Amino acid sequence: MVNGSLLLSTQKTGLGIRGQMTDTLYDAAVIGAGITGSCIARELTKTTAKVVLIEKENDVSCGSSKANSGIIHGGYDPVPGTLMARFNVRGSSLYPELAKKLNFDYKRIGSLVIAFDEKKKVLLDMLLERGFANGVQELRIVDSDELHKMEPKLGQNALAALYSPTAGIVSPYKATWAFAESAVINGAEFMRNTSVHQIEKDGSIFIVHTGHGDIRARFVINAAGVAADKISAMAGARRFIIKQRRGEYCLLDNKCYSLVNHVLFQTPTELGKGVLVTRTVDGNILIGPSADDQSADMYEYKGTTASSQADILEKASLTIPDIPRGNIINSFAGVRAVAYTAGTGGNADQPVNDFIVEEDSAVKGFFTAGGICSPGLSAAPAIAEYMLDLLGKAGLDTKKRSDFIEERKGIVAFGPAGTKKKLQLIKQNPLYGQIICRCETVTEAEIVQAVHSPLGARDLDGIKRRTRAGMGRCQSGFCSPRVTEILSREAHIPMTSVTKKGGTSFVLDGKTRVFSGSGGNEE
Amino acid sequence: MSEKIYDAVIVGGGPAGLAAAVSAYDNGAKKLLILERDSRLGGILLQCIHNGFGLHYFGEELTGPEYAGRFVKQVKKRGIDYKVNTMVVSIDKAADFGEAGLTVTFGADGTEHVVTAMNSTDGLMFLRTYSVILATGCRERTRGALVIPGTRPAGIFTAGSAQRFVNIDGYLPGRKIVILGSGDIGLIMARRLTLEGCDVKLVCEVMPYSAGLSRNITQCLENFHIPLKLSTTVTEIHGRDRVQGVTIAKVDANRIPVAGTEEFIACDTLLLSVGLIPENEVCAGTGIHMDPVTKGPSVNQRMETSIPGIFACGNAVHVHDLVDFVTNSSLLAGRCAAEYAVAAEGVFRSVPCHEPAVNSQAPVIIPVCPGNRVRYTVPQQIEVDDAFKAVIQEIREGASEIPKIQIMFRSTDVYRNVTIFIYSGNDRIYMKKVRIVRPGEMQTADIPASALVNVTGLLTVSIETPEDMID
Amino acid sequence: MTCIICPMGCQLEVTRIQETGEIPAYSVTGNTCPRGEAYAQKELTNPTRTLTCTVAVRGGIRCLVAAKSKIEVPRDLQLACMQVIRRISVKAPVKTGDVLYEDILNTGADIVACDDVESK
Repeated sequence: MVNGSLLLSTQKTGLGIRGQMTDTLYDAAVIGAGITGSCIARELTKTTAKVVLIEKENDVSCGSSKANSGIIHGGYDPVPGTLMARFNVRGSSLYPELAKKLNFDYKRIGSLVIAFDEKKKVLLDMLLERGFANGVQELRIVDSDELHKMEPKLGQNALAALYSPTAGIVSPYKATWAFAESAVINGAEFMRNTSVHQIEKDGSIFIVHTGHGDIRARFVINAAGVAADKISAMAGARRFIIKQRRGEYCLLDNKCYSLVNHVLFQTPTELGKGVLVTRTVDGNILIGPSADDQSADMYEYKGTTASSQADILEKASLTIPDIPRGNIINSFAGVRAVAYTAGTGGNADQPVNDFIVEEDSAVKGFFTAGGICSPGLSAAPAIAEYMLDLLGKAGLDTKKRSDFIEERKGIVAFGPAGTKKKLQLIKQNPLYGQIICRCETVTEAEIVQAVHSPLGARDLDGIKRRTRAGMGRCQSGFCSPRVTEILSREAHIPMTSVTKKGGTSFVLDGKTRVFSGSGGNEE
Repeated sequence: MSEKIYDAVIVGGGPAGLAAAVSAYDNGAKKLLILERDSRLGGILLQCIHNGFGLHYFGEELTGPEYAGRFVKQVKKRGIDYKVNTMVVSIDKAADFGEAGLTVTFGADGTEHVVTAMNSTDGLMFLRTYSVILATGCRERTRGALVIPGTRPAGIFTAGSAQRFVNIDGYLPGRKIVILGSGDIGLIMARRLTLEGCDVKLVCEVMPYSAGLSRNITQCLENFHIPLKLSTTVTEIHGRDRVQGVTIAKVDANRIPVAGTEEFIACDTLLLSVGLIPENEVCAGTGIHMDPVTKGPSVNQRMETSIPGIFACGNAVHVHDLVDFVTNSSLLAGRCAAEYAVAAEGVFRSVPCHEPAVNSQAPVIIPVCPGNRVRYTVPQQIEVDDAFKAVIQEIREGASEIPKIQIMFRSTDVYRNVTIFIYSGNDRIYMKKVRIVRPGEMQTADIPASALVNVTGLLTVSIETPEDMID
Repeated sequence: MTCIICPMGCQLEVTRIQETGEIPAYSVTGNTCPRGEAYAQKELTNPTRTLTCTVAVRGGIRCLVAAKSKIEVPRDLQLACMQVIRRISVKAPVKTGDVLYEDILNTGADIVACDDVESK
């Protein structure tokens, strides 16, 4: 198996080699390394607890956390009194500080919910009230004149908007990586490619059966995204249903960055916040998402469709009439986990309309953070705080360690650095002088760091998410042979074993000659 | 941050840059530097191991590496300086070199440029030069830009990327291949992958005709029994980790997929050969005027961009079909850059910075515009400056040798038995009959300078069909 | 048929004009130059192609060198030639024009290098 040959990590895994039972007893096993699980893991490492973060994919943030709008919401949208409202506002307030400490980009660009007719204008007042009830700061309604000054390219029918200056944008996968890596730096173990298929209880200890062997833990935290209902069922805990709502997006070239200045929403519907147009933290323009409910046979389908792509562009053109479609550089889809309770006696399933963050009433020691759809990204740091609190009440020693490392360095990016800094970087590390991804100005030094950092990449997509190599207008056409070579070399795997995203996603299929094959590592 | 001022810095060491450098050298510019981002000189030709290059220029049929090799030899023979593994970051971007403490004193008419480049050994370099020659080639259109629906598995390559893996690194992209796009790169790769042992299932082409040379349809597809499906496109990609298959469908006259014609083709690799776009990242922020149709810089008959001293040649200006034509336009660019540099150096040396330039009047610009059935023209304008006026004067006085200006252009569709016309207002200044024009085959019109003697308005290049001619 | 001699790709009309005899003769129209006529004749009697490929290099700064058959090989032997080429390698240094493999599959065609590869 591909990852059997990866000797890069010197961390001891509690599993030993190839799934033998070990004696390690973890205090907490977190299932799912999305934004929620990663924040919870980091929060746990502030204590003396022995933590393991389990993920079925080859990297963190491969589920919903990889493909979403990346917005840290103001907090006026969730219904007051819900966990969503509480955690959204608290979480959003934590982001600026966390972004600095953990070195991920966060830009407070503000958001506008725009009303395009009189009826929708009434909704703005409702959201304003909600915002105040939720404790959101600095909310106000802006009129048409001010609105068009703020957004010159806005459609003419825009009448008014709710302006939330405290809303911000992040790269959701970079943020997830930052939290998870901080957890690893502080002693958490990260187990990738580890699927949970059964959960048993032996007295007061959980035995989590995975594809790589058994993990023993006092507490289990279910943060498994679209699989949270399955994990909960495995433990014999609360029965709920996760329905997947696929959200498709498209992305415009970064030369279009001046199309909008804030996050632009339309007024919300029952399906959610609707189609938005926003700048991303990397300077692209993001349009979407769609809201396509997926049937069970399309489990975790993350493909794009012609109809939804056309749909989001059409809806977005209400906000921005002149979307330069010739500048679309990519499209993608993400899946959100929406919680439902099963309908009884032939009735339809009922939406929970809130996060599920609780210790299970029947299975003590089993905690769930489920149904984390929007505003999950914003709420995650607050969900983590609350989860730690719950664990404390359940008997976990939550006294803070004195040696907790708050900061995480990440990768020092070359592209955005000033000239003096660039010269310094090259001097310290000549690999900073070798540009690999021309479109995004990513150097070899950064790609090497992406592999070797405490929670490093093991596949091309992992390198892409950490460095942006391959996200530009040529979509890795130029750099992919080089990135493949570097990963092969640095992770000591043959070129033919390099994958795009783990599993069987091999990039190449054999050598052309019996005696050759270039690249980092020859067989 | 040296005091050395180059005559020309050439951005790109492919066939365009190499020819431009050789020509610049032979026309008096000795202080040259070629900057190449790959590990050796030669450009994309190094991975084009098939033949078909050089029939026009050398009168022989050469493979890509052989063609490139001849020019590399010429560069080395002249001792022209070059750096590999070096990326040009920007041109004339004060933000880049200002912080580094470099002060640039510009010549009397702003003739100096600064090229910011970097590599592992030299770090960041700020290279002062009189002229810059952009020879950055082109890149491939991507799946993302086409918005092909479906999943994002491994196994999707642009044809050029796959070509690099196969011909340079020695790896196969997959075993069962579907190719979208019948441009020459797609056809060449169909043959290459078959020769390397893969099963190329078919080539799809969204247009009703193939974009590639008909000889390639024969020797790459027919000879290997690879089906070509015209008016067909890929409507969905399947597979979670790796490509499992694609759905293809017929398209109508508007290139919209026709419902009910879908067909699933099992495969593990999708190769995209769906268009080349001139690569001009380096122009961003310079203010160089870009032609929205070609996606390259607008140039005049000297291959000079809208910024004096910055020249461009090769595929960076517009996509050529044959490298022989790239060589021609690059030799011209190199000569003109050299002439510019020599003149600039004279001005720079003799005229102190604060004095205005002597005696030159603003040149007359004659725009060259695409007319009927013409998609674009290169050059986009002809500059009638002092030098050109002198040529015209010589012609008036009976000079025997009349220089020609070559206009390159492409038709919008396939047309047969057409006549190429170039008009200035109502005056016809050029006419040529051509048996067939295709969008995939660049056309040329060589206008003798004498025809431009009295021209003041814009020139229009048109293609007229036999029907138009009947009044 | 399409003539492949040069990028013009003239569309040829070829008709057999001699009913009997060992060497069939054809009349060719549609060609712009005489090479087209010769090509058509050959393509129907003994079609050949220049085979272009890569050959593995041992001990060089790169692992492959671009190569071609010095003379044309029978069109339908190209795949068989590749079976052989896949299994050979040469030692660096390699210079353009070097013979890498002689007389492939008894065709009389040598495989020659189209590029240089220096020793490591």
